[in-house]
Amino acid sequence: MIIAKVVGNVVATQKEPTHHGHKILLIQPLDLSGAEIGDAFLALDDVDAGVGDRVLVVQEGWSAAAAVGEEMAPIDASVVGVVDNVDIT
Amino acid sequence: MRLATIIGTVVATRKDSRLEGKKLLICQYVNPDGEDEAGYVVAVDTVSAGFHEKVLIVQGSSARMASGCKDIPVDAAVVGIVDEVSQD
Repeated sequence: MIIAKVVGNVVATQKEPTHHGHKILLIQPLDLSGAEIGDAFLALDDVDAGVGDRVLVVQEGWSAAAAVGEEMAPIDASVVGVVDNVDIT
Repeated sequence: MRLATIIGTVVATRKDSRLEGKKLLICQYVNPDGEDEAGYVVAVDTVSAGFHEKVLIVQGSSARMASGCKDIPVDAAVVGIVDEVSQD
């Protein structure tokens, strides 16, 4: 999983049936200092995350679909947690 | 699989219920000489790894084959604690 920030939402009315009912979030990956790293991508939401939240994102097919309660769905990224704390020793 | 060093933990109270009780470790990728490489991953701990330990990380769908990770939505797991890396 990676740590990322939710930076926006995407609305798509015409889409895969298995995507209906799931929020599409615009996700910006972060490095461990909290700086943005790499390009933003899209993930479905499993935890009611909002813009500005720091989140944990899973990027494996089965896991991403299962996270939002779907099976055999074309989903490759989902938000699986809202980060309270990142403790680096 | 990749080599990594455990450098921290992530706390997330609001999360997928299947992740309850799982320790989420921040793993800094390292090269065989132990030097930091670019990038990190947050991985589920399956071997009780401690801070600063050098570990083996598995990623992708294989992470769900790790002990205790069947049917949970994860894409990275710590599956071994490294004793020794030897190179020519």
